[in-house]
Amino acid sequence: MTDIIRNITQKKISRRSALAGLGAGASLLAMPWAARAADDTIRIGFPTPLTGPFAAEAKDQVKSAELAVKQFNDKGGIGGRKIELLVRDDKLNGGEAATRTLELIEKDKVHAIVGSLSSAVQLAVNEVTRARGVIYVSISQSDTINELKDFSKFTFHEALNPHMTAGAVARHTFKKGAKVAYLSADYAYGHEMLRGFKRAQAAIGAESVGELLHPFGAADYSTLMPRLRSMRPEILCISNFGRDQANSIKQAVDFGLKQQMKIVVPVLLHNQRLAVGPEVFEGVVGGANYYWGLESEIPSAKAFNDAFRAANNGAIPTDYGAYGYTGIYSLLLAMQAAGGTDTEKVIAALEDLKYNIAKGPQHYRKCDHQSIQSVLVLESKKKSDMKSDMDLFQVVANEPASEEVLRSCTELGFPG
Amino acid sequence: MDAELILMQLFSGVALGAILVIAALGLSIIFGMLGVVNFAHGALFMVGAYAGLWVASVTGSFWWGLLAAPIMVGVFGMVVEYVLVRPLYGRSIDDPLLLTFGLSYVLVEAVRMIFGSDGIPFPTPPQLTGVWDLGVGFFPIYRLFVVGVVILVLVLLWLGLEKTKFGLIVRAGARDPTIMKVLGVDISKVWLLVFGLGAGLAALGGVLAGPMRSVNPEMGSLVLAEAFVVTVIGGLGSLLGSIIAGVLVGIAISMTALFAPEMATIVMFALMAIVLLIRPEGLFGKLA
Amino acid sequence: MSSPALAAPVPSTRQPSGLAGALTTYRVPLSIIALCLLPWVLPSQALAVNVLVYGVLAVGYNLLFGYTGMLSFGHAAFFGAGAYVTGIAIGKFGIPWFAAVPLGILGGGLLAFIIGMLSTRTRGIYFSMVTLALAQLIYYVALQASSWTGGENGLRGFTVDKINLFGWKLNFLDPINKYYVLLAFAALALWAVSRILNSPFGAAIEAIRENERRARTCGFDVERTKLLAFTLSGLICALAGTMSALHLAFVPLDLLHYQTSGMIVMMTLLGGARSFFGPFIGALVFLLMEDVFSLWTSHWQIIVGSIFVLFVLFLPKGIWGTFLAKVIR
Repeated sequence: MTDIIRNITQKKISRRSALAGLGAGASLLAMPWAARAADDTIRIGFPTPLTGPFAAEAKDQVKSAELAVKQFNDKGGIGGRKIELLVRDDKLNGGEAATRTLELIEKDKVHAIVGSLSSAVQLAVNEVTRARGVIYVSISQSDTINELKDFSKFTFHEALNPHMTAGAVARHTFKKGAKVAYLSADYAYGHEMLRGFKRAQAAIGAESVGELLHPFGAADYSTLMPRLRSMRPEILCISNFGRDQANSIKQAVDFGLKQQMKIVVPVLLHNQRLAVGPEVFEGVVGGANYYWGLESEIPSAKAFNDAFRAANNGAIPTDYGAYGYTGIYSLLLAMQAAGGTDTEKVIAALEDLKYNIAKGPQHYRKCDHQSIQSVLVLESKKKSDMKSDMDLFQVVANEPASEEVLRSCTELGFPG
Repeated sequence: MDAELILMQLFSGVALGAILVIAALGLSIIFGMLGVVNFAHGALFMVGAYAGLWVASVTGSFWWGLLAAPIMVGVFGMVVEYVLVRPLYGRSIDDPLLLTFGLSYVLVEAVRMIFGSDGIPFPTPPQLTGVWDLGVGFFPIYRLFVVGVVILVLVLLWLGLEKTKFGLIVRAGARDPTIMKVLGVDISKVWLLVFGLGAGLAALGGVLAGPMRSVNPEMGSLVLAEAFVVTVIGGLGSLLGSIIAGVLVGIAISMTALFAPEMATIVMFALMAIVLLIRPEGLFGKLA
Repeated sequence: MSSPALAAPVPSTRQPSGLAGALTTYRVPLSIIALCLLPWVLPSQALAVNVLVYGVLAVGYNLLFGYTGMLSFGHAAFFGAGAYVTGIAIGKFGIPWFAAVPLGILGGGLLAFIIGMLSTRTRGIYFSMVTLALAQLIYYVALQASSWTGGENGLRGFTVDKINLFGWKLNFLDPINKYYVLLAFAALALWAVSRILNSPFGAAIEAIRENERRARTCGFDVERTKLLAFTLSGLICALAGTMSALHLAFVPLDLLHYQTSGMIVMMTLLGGARSFFGPFIGALVFLLMEDVFSLWTSHWQIIVGSIFVLFVLFLPKGIWGTFLAKVIR
């Protein structure tokens, strides 16, 4: 496949020199890209939403990814070949992401793709990569990408999925007989979270006193507060993401709900906590893939943090930022084990890989290529308890990596 | 579903309506008086929130932010009218719409460049935190304050338009600008001030909304949609229409929340579509 | 007093002479030749295909905006409808691509007819608002109907990788093949639009744009003409949608959002709203700007927005429109 494309490119270069006169101006723009003929570097595409509401998370991911690449390159690369990270802005938009992925594969000849930051975008990238036989390691939450319909042997999911995070949070906050109310965003992700919570709730023996859905992207939750209060729950479980999470928690606190009930969320987001401040988030419990505070217990976390601090003026990696590191690093480890970029060999190496690079032991499950890893449960700290500006959360629990917290292969639609 | 819950729901609907009204007012005034659909309205709302936040953090007081932001953005609005919108009068009626559409991109990105893309916390002023027990339920004091401010602004606006000479000129100029020119009124000054007023009102909405929602560069786009819905239902150009429409939409959203809250946005747009199809000039508007 | 000359409008763009004449008569073949060269001249083929897709979209939109004078802010609905219907036909029902594409076009056209019937009852600003509101309604319906559309995850699972063209097997995943197959679609669209504009119907819509009341007095059925223009415009935009679906093998929900509608307006204006090929140029320039600027800075939106504002102020004819006006004296 790559050879066919390479042949066309080589034909293109000679035709371009013939047409140079005609498209002089435009060709000038195209020249730098044309110079990318066959060469030895290992190229990894990295689409991420550099513009849009998650720009901060995206930039964190880029920094962490670049750290991973640098660490490998400093050790001599893979088999003597240097690694290059090609970062592209997918604008948090499925169509853009698909176009960037096509460009990365067709024009830049990447050997694999790692990214991105929303469920829709991941699935868009995945459609492009699996049709063309390119490895894709996705690093954002999604239950859908594990399912048979979207899966392919080229698809790997290094991030947590809603099922894992909701389950972990539920196990550490729901008690038998507890009354739980649910407020969820009315879109796939919200429903996936809700489903994860309800499963865990049933297993624990807690009781649901009501479920409300809100429109995805809603700014005002005031009309939902009276109903939530009238349900008299002990725990309010809010399943949404990003600004929705910040707004809904803030308004729940404004309406005095926190005095009546405990607020839990599936994923406690670092940047949203910064967006609304410590008072609003105080006492909220949620899950996460990574928190820099792990360094006191886990040596690989400390190593990661130290390297990140050294490269970024003392800054610490955030939750989503860490995905950039673990995604790229695990891929590079597999390439190293496979001795190169041969797709089939790298897939086999990824399936066999056992790695511990930032948070403890991880490995990919064979049936759906989901990375089995620990899930953190965090509680947001009171302002007075914060020892530094970055001391946002308290690690309440660290569920060790286990296949049991995932949906079974058969449930996802895989044979056997 | 008890009576207490329904009453509380009605009340929160009215309160939500107040917020929608202040958000829509600026859009309605600019269209009513100038015939310009200001697509940058949402962006001005957002800039107002950031301006208020900045002044509040520099002076340490929310109240200064509340006062200064509408004035700052109002002046900015006047500059926009003079430099960008005025050259377009007399050309196609779509041109100011298109220009303000492009302007909104510029404003949003400029804010991103200065303040970053993340949300910034806008703390509720300490005098207004907490809830009040209204008998049928608890309601945040800050929201009651917002309703109060909206009512005050509406009263001031009505007084200004009905009782002052300037208000008379503005209303007459909206009816027939040519006659006003013939009568010797400098209509361009009027346009300047009206655009500034519309921008200032948008900014006021933004500052008021800040403590209720997270302040981020995208906060204007949803507000723009809501403002359009309210303005269209009420009648492009009718202040009374905007007020009634705002409260109506607030209550509609609130009552939908009792049965199917996820349909709230659909209900809003469906209402707008229905009004446009049955009575395109809105409840209180005049057909162009 | 009525003379035959007053009965039929005399549009000023009929039979122009010289260079302008040649450009107008041969506009379809000239456009197609220009587009054939595109993949060799742009930085990437994926970008070139996007130019085709959005170019057709803008040309279809321009039929309504530039030529009939109606500013619709909801054309993303037909673009998206074409994409979704094609995707669902291939993915869910296993319909082969050559049947799925006409289905997509018809689906989008039907939607345009319905929305057109509702919206053409209003005019001016109200028309723009209605189209915006109805299109947003379609967006939210598509969001909710996630078992059909995939919701905000988008529609997936309908990749077309091989095309059987009269016995000749083509690998559709190859970017060059894909471009030329889709170019055939684009050529069809351009030819259709050119034919429409050259017909008496084309004269009618321009008359309506210039002066609706006078057109009515001349005996044109304004309502029916507007509705027909709206539907035809929707059909072309739906064709663009099917092209997008085939290109990306994915239909994102944002295709239906009003921001896409806004982008279509921007492209058309940038290129030149009253010219035939202008919208294509506008799409090309817009996408190229986005692509190139986003490599330089993550703040490319401020550059694009400022350029758009400057165009509205100083170059309302757009790039191609201004060029044509200078060349054709």
